[in-house]
Amino acid sequence: MTEPSGGPAVSSPPPSLRRRRRDRDIVVPEAEFTSYYGAPILKAPTWEALDVAGYLFLGGLAGASSGLAAGAGLSRRPGLARVSRLGAAGAITVSLVALVHDLGRPLRFYNMLRIAKVTSPMSMGSWLLSGYAPLALASAASDVTGIAPVLGQAAGIGAAALGTGVATYTAALVADTATPAWHDAHRHLPFLFAGSATAAAGGLGLLAAPLAESGPARRAAVGGAAVELAVTEHLKQTIGLSAEAYERGKAGRLMKAAEVLTGAGAALAAVSSRSRLLSRVAGASLVAGSVATRFGIFEAGVESARDPRYVVVPQRERLEARRTTTA
Amino acid sequence: MSRTWVTLTSGPEPTVAEDAGYGQAPARKGFFTDTSVCIGCKACEVACKEWNHVPEDGLTFTGNSYDNTQALGADTWRHVAFVERSVPPALDHDGGGLVGSREGVQWLMSSDVCKHCTHAACLDVCPTGALFRTEFGTVVVQQDVCNGCGYCVPACPYGVIDQRKEDGRVFKCTLCYDRIGHDQTPACAKACPTESIQYGDLDDLRLRAAERLETLQAQGVTDAQLYGESPDDGVGGAGALFLLLAEPEAYGLPPDPVVTTRDLGRMWRDVGLAAVGIAVGLAGAFAGRRP
Ligand code: SF4
Repeated sequence: MTEPSGGPAVSSPPPSLRRRRRDRDIVVPEAEFTSYYGAPILKAPTWEALDVAGYLFLGGLAGASSGLAAGAGLSRRPGLARVSRLGAAGAITVSLVALVHDLGRPLRFYNMLRIAKVTSPMSMGSWLLSGYAPLALASAASDVTGIAPVLGQAAGIGAAALGTGVATYTAALVADTATPAWHDAHRHLPFLFAGSATAAAGGLGLLAAPLAESGPARRAAVGGAAVELAVTEHLKQTIGLSAEAYERGKAGRLMKAAEVLTGAGAALAAVSSRSRLLSRVAGASLVAGSVATRFGIFEAGVESARDPRYVVVPQRERLEARRTTTA
Repeated sequence: MSRTWVTLTSGPEPTVAEDAGYGQAPARKGFFTDTSVCIGCKACEVACKEWNHVPEDGLTFTGNSYDNTQALGADTWRHVAFVERSVPPALDHDGGGLVGSREGVQWLMSSDVCKHCTHAACLDVCPTGALFRTEFGTVVVQQDVCNGCGYCVPACPYGVIDQRKEDGRVFKCTLCYDRIGHDQTPACAKACPTESIQYGDLDDLRLRAAERLETLQAQGVTDAQLYGESPDDGVGGAGALFLLLAEPEAYGLPPDPVVTTRDLGRMWRDVGLAAVGIAVGLAGAFAGRRP
């Protein structure tokens, strides 16, 4: 630190930062960081948690459910297929409403399809959704009404293919920002979201499909949950200071709840293949776990944008490291 | 320069307007804000609001020195930061009392603004094309296109652009697009009584900034540093550069900002892998024998 201490602009790191440094055995003096009256440097997202974190969950649930539905259809598990198709159609419908509701100018939602732009995950996502949503809805409608079963099946396979993208592109959507907790996790979020979506879709299958057909949902749930938990743990170990945003406050509580619900749900799912009731409890726990994960990640991002520490400390370290190597 | 993903999303890009599709573009325009002569009068804030019809956004008393404006935002396109902090008298500079005083108080003023980045994350992530690159290499929101999705807000590494809640759309500095097209100086630079805010061709401004830095350093102002001037920095160089008298974070600027889209190629690849992972995983879930 080159600047003198004292005055309103210099803050000490909170105790946890010191602990983290000691954990990693880095021998550096306790760093204070400078800020402008502790004011945020970044703007936190203007998004409503209910709309956008809700969409992160519902989009994941929908996308992976379409995959589960296609598999169930092809392997003649009509009960699981119907539950997953209806789940996907319902989740994506609510998603679209939430996404339009979240716009500052909802009546201009169609401007989302004015251009297609690879550098904008939101643009890519809008096109993906315009392909996916009609297919998911058609597949569910055909299942329920019995009209055009072959076309319905084809639509379902299309929805399954696009659904894998719907469930994962949202990772790029949040990571492609300056929000420290999101951007710093950009190597993890795609896989975390894939795991969380698969666990949620499997959970829905366990919750609502007949026990005799629930095998694939059970395996998907356990596998997805395992991926989600492992990637989350790796994220916390490796992304540096931003990891604290996932461990503290509201985000910390949500992430903890997610870990418990997902872990317990997966464990119960693994052993409940003979019990309808326990399978349902496991499924509900997994779905709730996925909700908690998405809201936890959302809150971690918001918190990391509000606290200048998450911006200044790592950037200052990066800058000093570069100066030492060039000097 | 060939237009590849890499050159368009990070690193130096000298032909930013041409790369955006302008055949013959005028020289890139920008601001050089020399904070060593800023007197904190806020004429820039007022002139900006007047010219651009930016609404009043709250009359708060912050207690943060003379800064009640607080930060850039949808309704603040120029923001004069007042840094007031104690310094040991030993750090005082003789010869003009430029950055400190014998009482051990350092008082720094800096007029902040949108950086009009070479690689502008706000523009990169905008899904509607409302944010666009002008022929002058600046970054402007088309208000008749913006649908208020808010994606640019967390994307900006400087926390500049924001949503006007009661309107729903996002707003930020246009570098007075309506003035510079008529060879008029932007309102803030025009109103600045000390020429702390200078407007001109970016190449000229970079030279001026380097010269000014040299002068100050020769006078013993060792803390003087340029900010945003290097095309090799994390945003490919800013269109609005600064001469600061302390580390950037003291003024509320990020010390080493990087455009988020620099990593987007890798993110897309990982999204693809994860999507395939779901497909393979689900196929595996159906591979088991039925009970
Ligand atoms: S400073 Fe922020 S708002 Fe201005 S061009 Fe750069 S990314 Fe966009």
